[in-house]
Amino acid sequence: MVKVLLWGSLRAHTDGQAEVELEAKSFKEVLDKLAEAYPGLRPQIERGVSMAIDGRIYREAWFTEIRPDSEVVVMPYMTGG
Amino acid sequence: MAFDAYQKREFKLVGTRVPRPDGIDKVTGRAMYGADPVAPGMLVGRILRSPHAHAKIVAIDTSEALALPGVKAVVTGADFVLPQDAFLADIGENAMAQGKSLYDGHAVAAVAAISAEVAKAALKKIKVTYEVLPHVTDVDAAMKAAAPVVREGLRLESVPDGAGGNVTHFCEFGHGDLAAGFAKADKIVERSFKTAATHQGYIEPHACLASVTADGKADLWCCTQGQFNVRWLCSELMGMEASQLRVTPSEIGGGFGGKTTVFIEPVALMLSKKAGRPVKIVMSRDEVFRATGPTVSTSIDVKIGMTKDGRITAGEAKLRYSGGAYQCMTVEMGGQAAFACYDLEAVRTQGWNVLTNRPKEAAYRAPGAPQAIYAVESVVDELCQEFGLDPIEVRIKNAAKKGTKSSYGPTFDDIGLMATLEAAKKHPHYTAPLKPGQARGVSCGFWFNFGGNTCVTLNVNTDGTVGVTEGNPDIGGSRASISLMAAEELGIPYEKVRTIVADTASLGFCDVTDGSRVTFAVGIATIRAARDAIKKMCGRAAKIWGIAEEAVEWREGAAHPAGPNAGKFPPMTLAEIAAVSFQTGGPIAGHHEVNADGAGVSFGVHLVDLEVDKETGATKIQRYTVFQDAGKAVHPDYVEGQMQGGAAQGIGWALNEEYIYGDDGRLQNAGFLDYRVPVASDLPPIEAVILEIPNPGHPYGVRGVGETSIVPPLAAISNGISRAVGKRLQQLPMSPPRVLKAIKSA
Repeated sequence: MVKVLLWGSLRAHTDGQAEVELEAKSFKEVLDKLAEAYPGLRPQIERGVSMAIDGRIYREAWFTEIRPDSEVVVMPYMTGG
Repeated sequence: MAFDAYQKREFKLVGTRVPRPDGIDKVTGRAMYGADPVAPGMLVGRILRSPHAHAKIVAIDTSEALALPGVKAVVTGADFVLPQDAFLADIGENAMAQGKSLYDGHAVAAVAAISAEVAKAALKKIKVTYEVLPHVTDVDAAMKAAAPVVREGLRLESVPDGAGGNVTHFCEFGHGDLAAGFAKADKIVERSFKTAATHQGYIEPHACLASVTADGKADLWCCTQGQFNVRWLCSELMGMEASQLRVTPSEIGGGFGGKTTVFIEPVALMLSKKAGRPVKIVMSRDEVFRATGPTVSTSIDVKIGMTKDGRITAGEAKLRYSGGAYQCMTVEMGGQAAFACYDLEAVRTQGWNVLTNRPKEAAYRAPGAPQAIYAVESVVDELCQEFGLDPIEVRIKNAAKKGTKSSYGPTFDDIGLMATLEAAKKHPHYTAPLKPGQARGVSCGFWFNFGGNTCVTLNVNTDGTVGVTEGNPDIGGSRASISLMAAEELGIPYEKVRTIVADTASLGFCDVTDGSRVTFAVGIATIRAARDAIKKMCGRAAKIWGIAEEAVEWREGAAHPAGPNAGKFPPMTLAEIAAVSFQTGGPIAGHHEVNADGAGVSFGVHLVDLEVDKETGATKIQRYTVFQDAGKAVHPDYVEGQMQGGAAQGIGWALNEEYIYGDDGRLQNAGFLDYRVPVASDLPPIEAVILEIPNPGHPYGVRGVGETSIVPPLAAISNGISRAVGKRLQQLPMSPPRVLKAIKSA
């Protein structure tokens, strides 16, 4: 199991939980399991999210490995100028 | 991707100040910009724009325009079938109005004609019947329940019940117990701020030449920060397959984020398709201001608690951003960045995107962060004044560092904020005595940076030179930096490498030049392409020597036997291997394709000395120093240029630049005479102090540097002016009338 931290406004779709636990070993598995467990998150996931894994931010990296002790933070999709 | 981790090394070329490859072309006027291409039979395209902030388009009669001799095509919103995807549909709707004019300057029709004169006359013949609707241009007014609703149907599931009709998105970030944090404070300051929309102010207006042929193929030449993005957007809007549209980027006369999308390009393509001839469109400056993307306009509340010894106990911000009449996620970036400089136990930011009758926001260096950090850094400064504390000491006491749980969630790895603060504290600028009437301002800044999709091909020529092909328009010196990294890796002189930017048919997909990503991500791809070529060159040497490929190593620009057991052969240089490449297996090229991650966040600290004329309210910037964590500075001239350029733009944003709307909802200052960007005489020499804290996610330790520098100037200058006049300034720009008002009320 891995702990996944969500940004605050997503709590509206996770029964108020800022952090959820999932069985996931990769970036994509986290998103798939989140959308499955919390369907209210699916629109945001489909629009795009980034994910910080152990402090490093990934935008689209399905196969990035996640260890059980990894710090996983779902973030808005990064943009820049 | 797996990280190509940083390894400490001694560089021979990276870090030197080599001549820029585009310098001569640009100073002699030979460089080809967006308006320069011509094609046989080319027509002139012109766009008719709405004079109303908000109006229903009841009817458009183009018959008289089409009947005008010399007019070859007319286009309206009816010619476009917008994609289902909401993001793409908004891009198309912005390029050509669909039933409603959403802001002053919104495109409603376009013509292609044999000359500019005929095109201009044709625009006058187009009859548009409008039903004018109530409008709203102020973000706070647009939040209210009674405000005119700009557009229906854009509200996302993130918006809580009860929000006004123009709220389309809500976000929240943070951690900890705010109430407990504020309870620990000796002083809590709450302030509200407003920032005006500003434009990127690039010198080169948008320009393009489109040519659609009868068999459905198309070419588009344009000034852009991302030709692959232009291809994607335009092919979707034109209903074309991507392979049938080739986009070639020109040299670019500034972008700063504003050329990361399309405005005129789909219109030119549609005109060309209908006319059967090439069509060129070049925007006027008036059109650039009215109908391309400025920043968001904002209204922000900040509340910060601090102990009397300078420890921040809690921070809260409420951010209301408007990206014009369209969905806009920039508030998410502001919400995450607002408190990123600080190590806080309790922090919360909330953000709302609000529709207004303004043009569609486009990115501008670190989009969303300057406004949020301006508000936070202003309140931090006020608390420093309240307790009589040194503003840098307070920031050092609270600075985010390795191991800090950031305000937006992740725990920071190696970051350079503390190093930049220490450097600022020790710098002679900070200890220099102020003259009577002068004041000093300080601010921190932060930006994320990212990597993204990138392809590079590196061709080894038979004469021992190397060509690097990359897919990102060079807006900040990337060709020099990429050539430096290729030469460093290959072990050959910089002068032997030429880097070019390819069209969309010549290379795999590359993300836009944005997010401070190019030197980082294209750098990774270049280094790996060079290593790919090196592997192949070692293989050729192994064949020539009749030894195993593994027994050959590459150093100092040549293949060497890896050890005494490999055999005794004189080294073969890159030029020697290249010279016989046709005989040893064919041309040699290295390639790499990657979606790069691990860009590493960046911090900066700015110091400014300024003086306010108490009679006029005018502010004179007298000394300015930028400290920034740049990772390894590949080409220090360009890094310093980015730091100075961001500061200069920030000075303009802080002091003068703003979109001014009249009561009629029309933009009042769509030109450089009335929209005042800083000129040379407004600026002091801007000293740039580069801190090189290696990024662990890049083989050379490179971080992006293009955006962070625009974040701190707003608060640094506001803090300086507030100290100078004895009154906290809470609105940007701090133009002379606004400062004079503050002086009179102090």
